[in-house]
Amino acid sequence: MKNPLDSLGQTIVLGLVLTVVVILLIHAIA
Amino acid sequence: MQEFVALDWWNFFFRWCHIASGVMWIGHLWYFNFTQTPTMPKIPAELRPGVAKYILPEALFWFRWGAMFTIIFGLILAWMNGYLLSAIKIGIGDHSTHNTTIGLGMWLGTIMWFNVWFIIWPNQKKNIGITPATPDEIKVAARTAGLASRVNTMLSIPMLYCMAGVHFY
Repeated sequence: MKNPLDSLGQTIVLGLVLTVVVILLIHAIA
Repeated sequence: MQEFVALDWWNFFFRWCHIASGVMWIGHLWYFNFTQTPTMPKIPAELRPGVAKYILPEALFWFRWGAMFTIIFGLILAWMNGYLLSAIKIGIGDHSTHNTTIGLGMWLGTIMWFNVWFIIWPNQKKNIGITPATPDEIKVAARTAGLASRVNTMLSIPMLYCMAGVHFY
């Protein structure tokens, strides 16, 4: 299976998904 | 000249230094990932050493020291603002969305700083010939450094959300 990080586009999408996770974490923790 | 005796001015001064170092760091990170790496295969083979031997070592110098000074100025800033310890424990128990947000940003930035100094730079040293390595070792080192750089590009997106968006929380 190809590593998604080999694609710049998929890296950015993963970064955006991680941003959503971080926003949810902010609300879950605080 | 009275601004220089005000604590607020020094707070601003370290924020200014933190942002300038951060631009130096993330600017180079995005240069590597958005410009250099995707363009290398399109460059004629005889011209590639120009990038690998001259541009890359220089860019790596500003990249890694940008990372170092970003974390140093960032820690000073967090300490001056009085939320360093709360941010380190991502605001758990403090009921502060501000400290949770800046804390998550700080941890993402710290993981990225670790990647720069302990994964990317040692592997790039083999790639640019500072550390002696066999052609096979250079191939593995370039792949490892490239993947760690992509991980940092991915992490830079939520990290910047936390850093720049902290005033919403």
